[in-house]
Amino acid sequence: MDNLNPTQDSLVSVHNLTFSRGERKIFDDISLEFERGKITAIMGPSGTGKTTLLKIIGGQLFPAQGSVTVNGRDVHHLKRDELYTLRKRMGMLFQSGALLTDMNVFDNVAYPVREHTHLPESMIRSLVLMKLEAVGLRGARNLMPNELSGGMARRVALARAIALDPMMIMYDEPFTGQDPISMGALVLLIKSLNTTLGLTSIIVSHDVYETAAIADYIYVLSEGKVVGQGTPEQIKHSSSEWVQQFMNGAADGPVHFHYPAKEYMDDLLHSEKSFQPLFSRQRPPSDRNAKRKRYS
Amino acid sequence: MEFFHYLGATTRASFTKLGRSSFFLISILAGISSVCVRPRLLLKQLHSVGVLSFLIITISGLFVGMVLGLQGFYLLSRFGAEETLGVMVATSLVRELGPVVAALLFAGRAGSALTAEIGLMKATEQLSGMEMMAIDPIKRIISPRFLAGFLSMPLLAALFSAVGIIGGQVVGTGLLGVDDGAYWSQMQANLDFRGDIINGVIKSIVFGFVTSWIALFEGYDAIPTAEGVSRATTRTVVNSAFSILGLDFILTALMFGDN
Repeated sequence: MDNLNPTQDSLVSVHNLTFSRGERKIFDDISLEFERGKITAIMGPSGTGKTTLLKIIGGQLFPAQGSVTVNGRDVHHLKRDELYTLRKRMGMLFQSGALLTDMNVFDNVAYPVREHTHLPESMIRSLVLMKLEAVGLRGARNLMPNELSGGMARRVALARAIALDPMMIMYDEPFTGQDPISMGALVLLIKSLNTTLGLTSIIVSHDVYETAAIADYIYVLSEGKVVGQGTPEQIKHSSSEWVQQFMNGAADGPVHFHYPAKEYMDDLLHSEKSFQPLFSRQRPPSDRNAKRKRYS
Repeated sequence: MEFFHYLGATTRASFTKLGRSSFFLISILAGISSVCVRPRLLLKQLHSVGVLSFLIITISGLFVGMVLGLQGFYLLSRFGAEETLGVMVATSLVRELGPVVAALLFAGRAGSALTAEIGLMKATEQLSGMEMMAIDPIKRIISPRFLAGFLSMPLLAALFSAVGIIGGQVVGTGLLGVDDGAYWSQMQANLDFRGDIINGVIKSIVFGFVTSWIALFEGYDAIPTAEGVSRATTRTVVNSAFSILGLDFILTALMFGDN
C-alpha cells in the first residue's frame, strides 16, 4: 500500500473511524484527510460503504468510534442548530439527485434559498437562473423532475447544491448510469465548479477513469480499510495487487470472481441432502457467513 | 426453545418500534409551531388529505345512511315506531358509524397515500437531501401532513354523518312513507348535543390523531425499497383499522357506559 501524507491544510478530517452495521464492520479504524480547494476521490467496489462515509461526514450517521471534523468542528458533537448551520455550507449531490418531485426545476433550486434567506423573489430569480446557467439548464427551469433525464436531474441537483455557495460539495456516485455525453458534461462541470468557486470536493465513485481524470488525490477503500492512497499517477503505479485489480477492472485477483462455495465437481455430483422446510426462517450456516468471507 | 427466542425477539422489536414511534410523535408535535408560521404548507396538505377525500366520504355516507334507513324502517315498523326512524339513523351515525367508518375510509384513502408518499420520499433520498440542505423534514414534510389529517378527520366524519342522515331521509320519507316532519322533529328532540354530537366529534378527533400518526410513522420508518414501502402501506391500513376499532370500544365504554 502506498503511504503518503496529505498536507495538513484539510477542510475535512476523518480520524480513526469505526462504523458497523449489525455485526459487519463497514469501516475499521480508518483515517482520511480532504484538502481545501482540491478534489479528493473515495473509490472502491460497491458495498464498501462509500455512501455511508458521506453520510457520516454530513452528520446523518454516527460512528462507533473516531471523529470527523469539518472546518475544525467535530460534526458529531455539535448541537442540532450548529450542525444545521454547518450543513448550509456543505452541499451534497445524491446518486438519485433527490429532487423534490412536487416542484419544478426552478423551485427545486430556489428551495434552500427560500428556506434559509429572506431575499426578495426578484433576487432569488436572478440567483437561481445564474446557478442553472452554470449547469447549462436555464432553459429547463419549468420542467418537472419526472421530465428530466438522469444526467439532467443530477445537474439540477448540482445547481441546488451550489445555491447557497457552500465551501464543499460531496458527490455520491455522480457518474453512475450516465451516457457518455452526460458523463463528460458532469466531469467537466465538477472540475470547473471546483476551480471557479474554490470548492473542496469529495467524490465517491467506482468509475475509475472519469474520477481519476479530475481527482487531485484518491483513497481506495475495501473491506473497511484504506488499501491505497495517493495522486492518480501514484495510484496507477501502486504496488498493491488489490489496487491494480480495481483500477484495471480485472475479473479475478485478490477479489475473487466466485462467490464462496464448495468444490465445483462435488457440488455437481452430489445433490443437497439436508431437508429445508418451505418456510424456514433461517438460511443454512454456510450461506449466512458466505458474504463476510467474500474477500478473505 | 426457538419459539421462546422468536417470542422474545418479536416482543422486543414491538416495544422498540413503539418507542421510536413515540419519539417520532414528540418531534411531530414540536414541529407544529413551524407549520403555523408557514400556513401555505398546511393549506396544500388540507387539500390533498381532506378535500380529495370528500368524494369517497360523501358517497359512502349516503349509502350507509340509505341502508340504515331501510334496515331501521323494517325493524321499527314491527313495533309501529317508524316515526322514530330519524333518531335511529342520526344516533347510529353521529355516535358510531360517522366517526368509525369515516376514519376507516380515511385510513384507506389518505393514510395509505401518506405512507406511500413519505416512504417513497425516503427511498428516493428526498428526506436525506432535505436534511443535508439543513431543512428539517419533520417540520416541513411530516408536521403539516399530521396537522392536516388531524383537522380533516372531524370535518369528514361530520360530513359523513350529515350526508348519511340525508340518505336515511331519502329512503325513509321518500320511498317508505315515513312522515318528513316526524323524521326531523324526533331527531331534534332526542339527539343530545353534548352526549351524542360532541362525543362523536371527540371520537373522530382521536381517530384522526391516531390514523395520521400511524400513517406518517409507517412511511418514515419504511424500509426504503419497493417491497418495504408496499409493506408499510399495508401496515398503515391494518394497524389503523385495529386502532380505530379498539379505541372505539374503549371510548364508547367511557362515554356511554352510564346510559
